[in-house]
Amino acid sequence: MQTGLEDQLGLYQKRIPVFTRSVKGKFRRFKTSVLVLAYAIYFLLPWLPWSRLDAPAQAVLFDLPGRRFLIFGLTVYPQNVVWLALLLFIAAILLFFITGLVGRAFCGYFCFQTLWTDFFIWIEHKIQGERPARVRLYRQPWDREKVLKVGGTHAAWILASFWTGLTFVAYFTYAPQLVADFFTGQAAAAAYITTSILTVSTYAAAGLMREQICTYVCPYGRFQSVMYEAETLAVHYDARRGEGAHGRASARAGQRTLAERHEKGLGDCVDCGLCVQVCPAGIDIRDGLQYKCISCGLCIDACNTIMDSFNFPRGLIRYDSEKNLAAPVPAAPRVEWKRLKTIGYGVALILMSAYLVYSIGTRGSYDRSVNQIRQPLYVVLSNGDIRNRYQIRITNKAGQDQTYVISASGIPAGALDLGNFREITVKPGHSGVVQASVRLSPELAEHTHRFELFITPKGNPGEARSETVRFDSPKGTHE
Amino acid sequence: MSEQKLQSQTVQTTGHAWDGDLQEYNNPLPAWWVYTFYVTVIFAIVYWVIYPSWPFGKGWVGGVSNITYVNSAGETKTHSWNTRALLMEDLNKAATAQKPYFDKVAAMSYEQVAKDPDMSGFILSSGKALFADNCAPCHQAGGQGVVGFFPNLTDDDWLYGGSFDKIHETITGGRRGYMPSFGEVLSGGQIDQLANYVASLSGIGHDAAKAAAGNTLFHSETAACYYCHGVDAKGRKEIGAPNLTDNIWLWAGVPSAENPEGKVAAIRSVITSGLNKGVMPAWAGRLSPEQIKVLTVYVHELGGGQ
Repeated sequence: MQTGLEDQLGLYQKRIPVFTRSVKGKFRRFKTSVLVLAYAIYFLLPWLPWSRLDAPAQAVLFDLPGRRFLIFGLTVYPQNVVWLALLLFIAAILLFFITGLVGRAFCGYFCFQTLWTDFFIWIEHKIQGERPARVRLYRQPWDREKVLKVGGTHAAWILASFWTGLTFVAYFTYAPQLVADFFTGQAAAAAYITTSILTVSTYAAAGLMREQICTYVCPYGRFQSVMYEAETLAVHYDARRGEGAHGRASARAGQRTLAERHEKGLGDCVDCGLCVQVCPAGIDIRDGLQYKCISCGLCIDACNTIMDSFNFPRGLIRYDSEKNLAAPVPAAPRVEWKRLKTIGYGVALILMSAYLVYSIGTRGSYDRSVNQIRQPLYVVLSNGDIRNRYQIRITNKAGQDQTYVISASGIPAGALDLGNFREITVKPGHSGVVQASVRLSPELAEHTHRFELFITPKGNPGEARSETVRFDSPKGTHE
Repeated sequence: MSEQKLQSQTVQTTGHAWDGDLQEYNNPLPAWWVYTFYVTVIFAIVYWVIYPSWPFGKGWVGGVSNITYVNSAGETKTHSWNTRALLMEDLNKAATAQKPYFDKVAAMSYEQVAKDPDMSGFILSSGKALFADNCAPCHQAGGQGVVGFFPNLTDDDWLYGGSFDKIHETITGGRRGYMPSFGEVLSGGQIDQLANYVASLSGIGHDAAKAAAGNTLFHSETAACYYCHGVDAKGRKEIGAPNLTDNIWLWAGVPSAENPEGKVAAIRSVITSGLNKGVMPAWAGRLSPEQIKVLTVYVHELGGGQ
């Protein structure tokens, strides 16, 4: 008899539906505030006007065809990619820093998966009712009520997903024009494709998959565990207090007060199951710290509500550290920051943020590049003189037309020939190219290996910049 | 039997029983696989409708996504989707996008084009592409040429003249450089004298006595060099005869020779065997007048334009 065949287990676990109960408390309030603030920023920012000379009046506009990113008064060009790199570094370090201190705070309060799932659950709650009503609806056959309510919920989700997708696209083009064009069929194909993809993915991720994204899809949720230390604050169930000597038990008559329970050796947990019912990840926090926990704090709110109703002290489920929980006499939980790792991250965070602010604060109004023409490196002219040529490219990052003057030092006056352009005027956001050539006598060329080129914006000598360039000759070729 | 019972609970069978108890397992395909398969079926049907698919008679089922383009003969063609038609369409689009610039170039004088900052960017990029496609095989990517074969376009010495008009004339009509061989007309000694004279014109180490004799020979009817190169040996641009008094060498491998003897020998060899390889093809007909104009300005701006 072949073995193994008969006990085949599915490779994929079927999703166990999670019906979250709503709860009140300080973590719920915090989550709601973050949600409202984040949504206000995300959905309204593209509509914020900002007057500009040469671009649509939109405060935040990622102008891809123009290869520039307009963020309020700041214009970011692809050349500023180091800012993006810094920003990503800062985001990563901030994540390490925060996670080391207070666990998966990003997951629980700020991640867009959490925010959108929260919003979608709110929609579900408004249409289908509180948890028991939703469970009942789930179990009942497909009658008129179920079709209407479930259909209505999904329709609302799709609508929310669609507006999410369209808002994302609105960051890349003038929003009022986009919305008008979108519904008249005149928007760019990319707008329709992006909106569709985001509508489908938002609907699937926040409506259908929810906690499965965090559990199975998100790599970040998994690798966060390596940032935890014994001192890290996380949502913990105080098992010592909750289980007592003989475990948790419901608050029946005779074991309703703390004194009665302690006498019987029962823990403080009344096993009401509310912490499980409110959990958006569908877990039981009393099983201990686990990878599915996104650290949203809703079970803390739920447990505190129950503890209050029984007049038990709060904090059976609370933010605490493993170290403190294991201590013989647990102290009041507090943020432990005096650790080498945390301080290191903190210092890195401050340094990088300071550099980013400095770099943005001292940005120039133009970019320049001077390239020596290498084919050929030098030309011998009919009288024996040596000529090198250079391509000078100036990108104007200021908001208005700017004229640039080019000069040189380290070579005789008159050796620099700027061809047809003594000075060049460049439109904002554009580049101008000047072909310069330098002609030196053979004797001079032999001793000239480098010289300086100066680029000066007219009327703004403070921003003059110099560039050291090579000069090559048959005898003086070096390096 | 209890084992079998367990089995039927966990694994589906096809429902048939042979020889009493011989059953066949039914392991259905995973749902995700089945749905993916259905999606591929739908994809295939959509694909057939949109793109060319089935062979049909002598042709094929073309699909609804036709591409219309203008071919090089100027005919408008509509073809079922293929990458070549797609390329033609892209080329048409690019040509349409470039047209305003080419029109502008056509309407402007050379000097205006060269001095307009907007046009100079266009000349740089499109001229570079045109030069790379058509000129670089001989004149090299940067226009520096090859000594002994192709003239350098970046220096200030021009066989036929470096003005816009002359460059335009050269590109349009092509050129043919020719110098007769003197190996059978003159003696070896005479050729050596001439070579020393030519070397002396450019300040290369030479035998003064031979150069003096060469000077006489240069201006005599025997060798008659001055017919083409001029009495002052500075060449004649109307026939493309090169200036022998400057530091620039096209045919004689003077720059690469290590010592004065070698340089004189290189000159001697050119006088002895002459030249019949200075051929530049004509580009009129191969390139449009606008393209030639762009190339003219590009070559002029390579550094040598006069």
